[in-house]
Amino acid sequence: MPQQPYVFQTVASRPPPRPVGGLLPWVKRNLLDGWTNVLITLLLIALLVLALPPIVQWGVLNAVFGPDNAACRAAAAATNTGACWGVVAEKYRLIFFGRYPYEQQWRPMVACALMIGAIAASCYRPFWRGWLIGLWALVLGAFFILMMGGRFGLVPVETSRWGGFPLTVMLSTVSLLIAFPLAILVALGRQSKMAGIRTICVLYVELIRGVPLISVLFMASFMLPLFMPQGTTIDVLVRVLIGMTLFTAAYLAEVVRGGLQALPKGQIEAAQSLGLGYWQTTFKVVLPQALRLVVPATMNTFIGAFKDTSLVTIVSLYDLTGALQLALGDADWRKFFFEGQLFVAAIYFVFCYAMSRYSLWIERHLNTGTRRQ
Amino acid sequence: MKPARPAPPKKRDWSWRSQALRSVLYQVLALALVFSAGYYLLGNTLENMRLRGIKSGFDFITQPAGFGIGESIIPFDSAESYGKAFAVGLSNTLRVAVVGIVLATLLGTLIGIGRLSRNVLLRSLCGAYVEFFRNVPLLLQLFIWYFILTETLPTIEEALRPLPGVFFSKNGLQFPVPVWADSHIFTLAGFGLGLLGAWWWGRQTRQHFEATGRSRPVWLPGLLLVMGMGLLGWLAGGSPAALDIPEKSELNVVGGGSVTPEYMTVLVGLTIYTAAYIAEIVRGGIQAVPFGQHEASAALGLSRGKEVRLVLLPQALRVIIPPVTSQYLNLTKNSSLAVAVGYPDLVSISTTSLNQTGRAIECIALIMACYLTLSLLTSWYMNAYNRRSLLKER
Amino acid sequence: MKLSKLSTLAAAAAAVVTLTATPAHAGKTIDAIKARGQVICGVNPSLPGFAAADSQGNWTGFDVDICKAVSATVLSDATKVKWTPLNASQRFAALQAGEIDVLSRNTTWTLTRDASLGLNFTGVTYYDGQGFMVTKKSKITSAKQLKGATVCVQSGTTTEKNLADYSKAMKLNMKPVVFETQEATNKAYFTGRCQVYTTDASGLASVRNKEATNPADHLILPDLISKEPLGPSVRRGDDEWFAIVKWVVFALIEAEEYGITQANVDQMKSSSTDPVVQRILGTSEDTGKLLGLDKEWAYRAIKAVGNYGEMFERNLGPNSTLKLPRGANNLWSKGGLIYAPPVR
Repeated sequence: MPQQPYVFQTVASRPPPRPVGGLLPWVKRNLLDGWTNVLITLLLIALLVLALPPIVQWGVLNAVFGPDNAACRAAAAATNTGACWGVVAEKYRLIFFGRYPYEQQWRPMVACALMIGAIAASCYRPFWRGWLIGLWALVLGAFFILMMGGRFGLVPVETSRWGGFPLTVMLSTVSLLIAFPLAILVALGRQSKMAGIRTICVLYVELIRGVPLISVLFMASFMLPLFMPQGTTIDVLVRVLIGMTLFTAAYLAEVVRGGLQALPKGQIEAAQSLGLGYWQTTFKVVLPQALRLVVPATMNTFIGAFKDTSLVTIVSLYDLTGALQLALGDADWRKFFFEGQLFVAAIYFVFCYAMSRYSLWIERHLNTGTRRQ
Repeated sequence: MKPARPAPPKKRDWSWRSQALRSVLYQVLALALVFSAGYYLLGNTLENMRLRGIKSGFDFITQPAGFGIGESIIPFDSAESYGKAFAVGLSNTLRVAVVGIVLATLLGTLIGIGRLSRNVLLRSLCGAYVEFFRNVPLLLQLFIWYFILTETLPTIEEALRPLPGVFFSKNGLQFPVPVWADSHIFTLAGFGLGLLGAWWWGRQTRQHFEATGRSRPVWLPGLLLVMGMGLLGWLAGGSPAALDIPEKSELNVVGGGSVTPEYMTVLVGLTIYTAAYIAEIVRGGIQAVPFGQHEASAALGLSRGKEVRLVLLPQALRVIIPPVTSQYLNLTKNSSLAVAVGYPDLVSISTTSLNQTGRAIECIALIMACYLTLSLLTSWYMNAYNRRSLLKER
Repeated sequence: MKLSKLSTLAAAAAAVVTLTATPAHAGKTIDAIKARGQVICGVNPSLPGFAAADSQGNWTGFDVDICKAVSATVLSDATKVKWTPLNASQRFAALQAGEIDVLSRNTTWTLTRDASLGLNFTGVTYYDGQGFMVTKKSKITSAKQLKGATVCVQSGTTTEKNLADYSKAMKLNMKPVVFETQEATNKAYFTGRCQVYTTDASGLASVRNKEATNPADHLILPDLISKEPLGPSVRRGDDEWFAIVKWVVFALIEAEEYGITQANVDQMKSSSTDPVVQRILGTSEDTGKLLGLDKEWAYRAIKAVGNYGEMFERNLGPNSTLKLPRGANNLWSKGGLIYAPPVR
């Protein structure tokens, strides 16, 4: 028997909620929401109040900024100790350029600026055309000619005197430029159905990823000369570059492999049904999508490679970290090593932070097709 | 229905344009290239070593080392062999790696959870921590910590004495350690029994929960049980309370246990650096759990604690564990940087042996073999875990 | 069938190519140097007195002077040297690999190094011993008081082993803190991490001068716990080059014995009547021909750097900042150990 239809009774609508803008509601919501939160806020504020004023006093108010050793010592011995940023003002050329001859230091400066300019240009999407490769070839050529000299009337400077910031930039950029295509090939090889190629790629990746970078650098600098026929010598810089490239390529290969694995199989099947061959599928369908998926991890590896150049200090190449050790061999300034180290840490921080923000930007930019909001 | 046609005769297609042939050809070429390159390099190496009169072979492992090692948990004398020196180096590496992994996990988890807190102050501080320590190279951080520990601490003559018997100076931290007496066996037995009891109690509470839905406290009784049984065991052994207390001698402080500034530098530096990475991974893992899970558990009436334990954490762990395992591996490999601050780990002792004997290839091969073994074991475990927990696709 | 034939053929071809590739013929060092126009010399990156470069890149020092003498002898120009700074771990590998021609880097002559590293020591240029440096504040005056001390030492040196031997023999239980680089070792000692610094006694004097904020605060203990004969070394397998480097040093020592100095060498060459002097400077006999050089080989060496005594005084002795006494490094006729076979 049909039941009596239920008539929906409407209720009078409530007034709209009041907007909760303003500073006080924000503070209440974010800082004082519940007892644990209040406790944490109080604790952290106490910590900040205890720690920040002395740091500001030490670092800014009582600090000595000019390259004045006597003033620095006085500031350090005073009851309100002050930092000695004068050590940076005094030694910045040694820190930035290492043992490069003093009068020729404009050359590494220009070379560095060119390299950083090329990197910045490559970050800008409208520049991703074919001529970018030509630009890179030009910039790399200019970099090495400027640093090595011997042509165009430039005084030759041997590679053992290169140091500081140009060395860091050169090692990271060149090793990444070579490692990236190598990594793609190795990752593709690892996915291959051919057992021989797959084994070679797996062995390479697992072997290199399993050992610390230091041992790869030691192997490159001690053992590479033994591998070469009698009479040929490889430059120390080239050896270190080979070691770093092989190392970075192994890590990048794993990252790219993650992207290749995450790609739905349907893409390859669709490409095959369209009649595309292996290499066409790879370059036109698989790689663009796979690389897009792993942008965060790739940028992480790039940042890691930039930081790992500091390890060449241990094989006695004076990059930014090593040049700092050199600069502070001077007995007069040795007490102010801490300020020097903070300065170099700040340089690394600025570059790595910029790279990580760029990584976020490019991830957002490239994933417009897959974004969900 | 039509009768089925006879199957076509099977033949391997070996024409010049078939994929089968090409694949075999490519593999042969690739292997030939790799082998000939390897043969070339090996030939050069052997020729060079012969020409230069460099000896090779692993016979140096049994020779006496001739050098001392500054700190180790295994006592080492300079007359013992190179092999023993390598073992000491490996023990030093493991000593800093294991403690570092535990501390880094704790610190990293706390900071990762802190980054998701509602408190904006906590969130920003944790964010600042992660950003700062991830973007500065580890070597530089180790140098900074070493500088802090060796410059700001007083010399051994004016050591800090926070507690009686504890010395804190440039020479490190020295503290009293209990002397091992045989009756300590009872204490250990007590702890063992306590652990068994705690595990059994945990099982009981879980079974009770599954049967009735009511939960009993697990952690506090378990902890009390372990402590209590340990105490009973110690009393049963006659309460051996002998302590090895460090005392000042003419030049140094002798006795007791000690940790050197090198060890502290490597430990603190590695912990703080790896914790920053683990914090990001934990945060990513917790955020990867779909919000619907939280809504569903709220709909079921689970408290926040139960929700985290029973719903969020198991799902988050599946995302967290593989990258965290590779961070553990990174920590172990990064401990090789200890050579720069003077901590005698495996790489440091291997470089010393390399310099003293000249056997570069053998020493470097040994380091790589040790680290490779550790990495392959971990990586094999991780792959097995990955395969088990992968979402199955076609 | 075709495929397996092809692959076997390919493998065979690859094998034939690799097997018939001969290693490059081990060229003679002296020819390589003449072709290159430079002597490549491995030196200490920074040990004032032995080898140090100023900001213009000009190198000075005792070991540096030896290389300059070799270059003057072989290439007639003391400035045609390429200086390669090497730390303790890299020095032997660089020499073995052929990156440097001669290693003049305050290296101790030991059996292990002579016999198993593929090099030959050409002689002793400085008789040294290993010593300790402490701060005066610690009130230590003798090495026997170093019970339980922490010692900063550099990795890859004979210093490490000698320290262990001495500590064991004297039951001192010293604790080494080992660093890879010289800079790290120095820094650790001068910040107070270690109570003692140990290396060759000459190295101690140099480091104290260079790195101490106040050199007077540090004391070099008088005990020498080992023998450290320092000298240049060359690669094994080239006897001619070995003889040349060896005899350049001997010629400098002979020069001091017979009173030939940098100032009077020209005058002695033209007007001396002493047959020994004439032989050394090449006026009467051509000894250089037997070494593969011309007759003025020793003359050029002495003209470039002076005799052994002048070299010592300029870099390590009273005219330098180190002010080390001649001690055992005096001529045998004056009671020291410096003795050269006759140049005849």
